[in-house]
Amino acid sequence: MTTTDLGGRAAPPAAGPGAGQLRRGRGRLGSGGAQGGGGLVPYLFLAPYLILFGLFVLAPSVYVIWISLHDWDFLLPGKPFVGLQNYLNLFKPGTVTSGPFWQAMTATGKFVLYSVPLLVAIPLAVAVMLNQKFPGRNFFRAAFFAPYVLGVAVIGILWRFLLDPNIGLVNHMLDRIGIDTNVPWTTQTPWVWAALVGPTVWWTLGFNTVIYLAGLQDIPKELYEAAKVDGASRWQQFRNVTLPGLRPVLVFVITITILASANVFGQPYLITQGRPGFETRSAIMYIGQEGLREFRMGNAAAMSFLLTLVLMLISVANFLVFRERRER
Amino acid sequence: MGKDRNTNQGPLSRRQFLGIGAGAGASMLLAACGGGSSTPPSAGGGGGGGGQFGEGKDYTGPNVSLAFWNGFTGGDGPFMRKLVDQFNGEHQNIKVSMNVLQWADFYPKVPTAVQSGNGPDIAIMHIDQLATNAARRVIIPVDEVATVLDLQQDDFAPAVWSAGVYKEQRYGLPLDIHPLLFYYNQKDLQKAGLSEAPKDKASFEAALKEMKGKGVENPFWMPSDWPAHLMWWSLIYQFGGEPYTADGSKAQFNSDAGVQALTWMADTNKQGFSPKNVAIDAQAVAFRQGKNALTWDGIWMMNEWAKVKSLDWGAAPVPQIGSQPAVWASSHNFVVTSQAQKDPNKLQAAKAFISYVSDHSIDWAKAGQIAARASVRESPEFQALEVQNIAAQQLDYVKFPPAVPGIGEITAPTFQLAVNEAVLGKKSPKAALDEATTKANELLTANKKKYGG
Repeated sequence: MTTTDLGGRAAPPAAGPGAGQLRRGRGRLGSGGAQGGGGLVPYLFLAPYLILFGLFVLAPSVYVIWISLHDWDFLLPGKPFVGLQNYLNLFKPGTVTSGPFWQAMTATGKFVLYSVPLLVAIPLAVAVMLNQKFPGRNFFRAAFFAPYVLGVAVIGILWRFLLDPNIGLVNHMLDRIGIDTNVPWTTQTPWVWAALVGPTVWWTLGFNTVIYLAGLQDIPKELYEAAKVDGASRWQQFRNVTLPGLRPVLVFVITITILASANVFGQPYLITQGRPGFETRSAIMYIGQEGLREFRMGNAAAMSFLLTLVLMLISVANFLVFRERRER
Repeated sequence: MGKDRNTNQGPLSRRQFLGIGAGAGASMLLAACGGGSSTPPSAGGGGGGGGQFGEGKDYTGPNVSLAFWNGFTGGDGPFMRKLVDQFNGEHQNIKVSMNVLQWADFYPKVPTAVQSGNGPDIAIMHIDQLATNAARRVIIPVDEVATVLDLQQDDFAPAVWSAGVYKEQRYGLPLDIHPLLFYYNQKDLQKAGLSEAPKDKASFEAALKEMKGKGVENPFWMPSDWPAHLMWWSLIYQFGGEPYTADGSKAQFNSDAGVQALTWMADTNKQGFSPKNVAIDAQAVAFRQGKNALTWDGIWMMNEWAKVKSLDWGAAPVPQIGSQPAVWASSHNFVVTSQAQKDPNKLQAAKAFISYVSDHSIDWAKAGQIAARASVRESPEFQALEVQNIAAQQLDYVKFPPAVPGIGEITAPTFQLAVNEAVLGKKSPKAALDEATTKANELLTANKKKYGG
């Protein structure tokens, strides 16, 4: 199996059968384990993760639902049960929470809408380029990935000052090259969206690129050779070999990118402070403020549960759209 | 919160990066002022009398350790740490350990930490947070400490002394007062032919015109966010209004005075005295770089300006734009938490510590604060602090929010938002304040229900 592994990358002719062997090998391992273990063993293997998952994800999630049914302040003696009122308020126009909540959801939705296509497409292009052989390839791979190692606090403050309408470097440079428009990057729509999406793409594209690169290297070389023999152009190779080969990777990338963008917090918190007004305040920002700073945890819990529900639906839809279509 | 933080730093270190971030966050989440329900009953707070703080100023019991939390992350931190070290050195049986965190994290964290027993025994809180934390039973009454230490109203500015009382019990012992201040660039003032800072509307506006004529393109950068709402808070009082009704039950941001105040702010922008779209902190950075001639900012910023060697700056009371003088201010107060209450020794040691720092508050004033005690302000040592003394001229008319639970959290989603929208030109001052008033009244009602009343 080691030779075939190597073969997959270095020696194309060996890759085909090699990959087959690998799959079969895995199959044997898998079934062998299941047979030997009986009922309990698989769960024992799962236990370490299951315990952590149960303790830190599942239990709190259920607890959140419980909290969301109350007017909850953990310090006050009375935590009146209010049933579904916290949820109903979110759907009733004119309540204290419904306006800000849907404004925050809209802001989050816009951010997802603007950032996800870029974060799916640009890293793919970058990955295809970095998959070529050229001098300095490792340098560029590192360069594209580099911003990703920075924390959100660092990139947030960095871009907040770079993009400041009056004292920022970006407008200063625009001024220098003769575009004299003090663009209000961090204070006015629609510019604020550029100020949020741009740095996010710059910051996180390295991560998606790395995943794409790994996917690209898994596509057997002989498929490209066969395509070339058939006279496929570069674009046709990309369209008919690369994209189908990347399908599972693509689904994964789209899913995690949507989830990551929907959970956006640091960028609007630091770059625009949710301004102008609350137009760029994301759902997570509002939930955090409502629950942790204003101590209305019941409301916050109801909102986060709704947000989770929406994200689950989107993820399911995503998998349905991209699921493998069987042609039979 | 965010108030006494230095949200504006020059060359950024990693620590400052984070600091600014929190400052920005604080600006949004925080609340300098607010209104509230008249008399929220529930939750009176734990034990009042009973002599739990013991007799006298000193602590003579067994060795005890005190956790002391505050948000002095800026240049003020080292001053407090020095006082703590000094205290520890002089008191063999008390060990105070100081924990500093961003104000923006401080207020959400302290209640949880106190409840779990891993929080502070004593802490510093802003005056607008006292009622909230009292109602939530995070902090306990300290009337007895005031009595034992013989702290009297006469020794404090009346406004700051009475603002620490919630439901007829005292929860905070004022350490300092920090108002807005009017900072000016000396060179630009001279350009306008002025020998001293303008004091009223006419001279202030004349100075702006004069400076603009003399090549200062933007003499008065109008921030769209922090501390713009503190400017508005000062101005609504100056124009004869009050953000909340006297009983604190209703918001009246959209009164004539409130609209006049916000219109004046938005107009300086329209008239070209300020660049448009001044994002958070930009006005302070511009002031430091000499691009902004005049700015209203917290007294705590004095140490920031002092760091810039090329900047020739001065300070003056905030000019009177309306019909009467008024200025926003807040105050740091000592509080004792319900956690300390479990151990009488801690309570007595806490009293000794508060007494010590209060007696040494002149050393704290040097960090860029006005000492809360008149006896300290009248000392020659305080008289020698130039900027602090100028700021102290405003003490007769500083405006604190009423002591109602939940008041600090009303600011951000209401008038701070309205000021932002109006200064950015997204809404007219009236429309923005109308919305803010409606929202604030909804929140006041919700708070009243929550904290009882």
